[in-house]
Amino acid sequence: MPTLIDYRRRIRSVKSTQQITRAMKFVAAAKLRRSQEGVFAARPYAREILRVLRSAAARMESTAHPLLERRPEERILLVVLTGDRSLCGAFNANVIRRATTFLRENSSKKAQILAIGKKGRSALKRGPWEFAGEYVNVSGNVDFLIAKEIAGKIAELYATREVDAVYAVYNEFKNVMIQRLRTQKLLPIDPTVLESGSPEATGMPATSSPVNEDAMPHDLSPSGKSLVDYIYEEPVSDIFNGLVPRYLEAEVFRTLLESSAAEWAARMTAMDSATRNAGELIDKVTLEMNKIRQAGITKELIEIVSGAASATS
Amino acid sequence: MASENIELQVVTPARHVLQETVQSVEIPGKEGYLGVLPGHAPLITELGIGIMAYRKGAETRYLTVINGYAEVLPDRVIVLAELSERAEEIDIARTREAQERAQAALAKISSGDPDWQHASFALARAMVRLQAASKVGAAAGAHS
Repeated sequence: MPTLIDYRRRIRSVKSTQQITRAMKFVAAAKLRRSQEGVFAARPYAREILRVLRSAAARMESTAHPLLERRPEERILLVVLTGDRSLCGAFNANVIRRATTFLRENSSKKAQILAIGKKGRSALKRGPWEFAGEYVNVSGNVDFLIAKEIAGKIAELYATREVDAVYAVYNEFKNVMIQRLRTQKLLPIDPTVLESGSPEATGMPATSSPVNEDAMPHDLSPSGKSLVDYIYEEPVSDIFNGLVPRYLEAEVFRTLLESSAAEWAARMTAMDSATRNAGELIDKVTLEMNKIRQAGITKELIEIVSGAASATS
Repeated sequence: MASENIELQVVTPARHVLQETVQSVEIPGKEGYLGVLPGHAPLITELGIGIMAYRKGAETRYLTVINGYAEVLPDRVIVLAELSERAEEIDIARTREAQERAQAALAKISSGDPDWQHASFALARAMVRLQAASKVGAAAGAHS
């Protein structure tokens, strides 16, 4: 039978845990805001790169580029984006589960893994798969130079015919409550992306934007005009060949940002519910404690009353 | 039709650096610097590492630009850079440190080393930053 002291101790311990989870929630909220801003800030660049790429593509006779070349998929590369830390609900577990299912479904092909984030790396290292590389400590503060490095790495693997297709598994940031798991093909680049008639403004295949594009400040796209006769300082093919990797970099960067925003959102939600659960636990234990306290008082009263009664009789 | 101004925009993957109405722009193209006045013929060029200058009224301001592309239209210039900073934003002391670090790193390794590119890039970046920052200092000095 626990005594009052035990209950008090228990409440104190839960309270301090609650303080920690609450602090983590606020940290996550602040980080989330920053990475969300990053997602929005990256959009104009990606859109403009794509626009210039399209206009260059429209002026070329054949848009042949190593990164656009389609080959039968025999060897694939899977880029797995997780966080570096846990305490974010099912965020990492979902990605890892999706990645393993994907690899099983494609077990006829030779697969390699590029792990981004410690959690995915250590989970998948236990499996039988081959690693093409790993990048950790990325999601805390997504830097474009890291995206460039990763894009360079996968472009190289693709261009040297190490792999025939590159897929990415990541969480897409829909809103604070919802992260959507996505498997996206990064390479070869879908040739329809290059067609200037493509309607969507960002050109990212099936990107569902967390906020509507109209809310974006600094809309750069000159409306209506699709074909301007540019002077190209270098041959147009050089510009085009230079732009294709830039496009891939922008895509990888976006994926990293999305994943990072989704991670912070997941962490915030997880810490919020942890804080709430701690509150409920405190209420429950307090109630129990009061019951015991009252039982003690009642017992003492009975003793006094019965003592007095026996003295008078 | 020919307007007297150019709408200048500078974007990097990380942020929207600048959006201003200016009278002339100087772009560090890969093949050399490129002056742009209003009514310039449409042009696309690759950028090198260098300093971009633009004139707004009587003032000339500077930015660092590192790798990317520029699109020039008669009434607007869009610069897509990997990295770009306004000269006023540059922290000279920190950049000096970065330059020294990069130089020290370069001295230790040979050109075949995978880190070599990293270090030489860091050095180029630090140098262009310092150069841009010094221009701001010079301009401020001339005014006073």
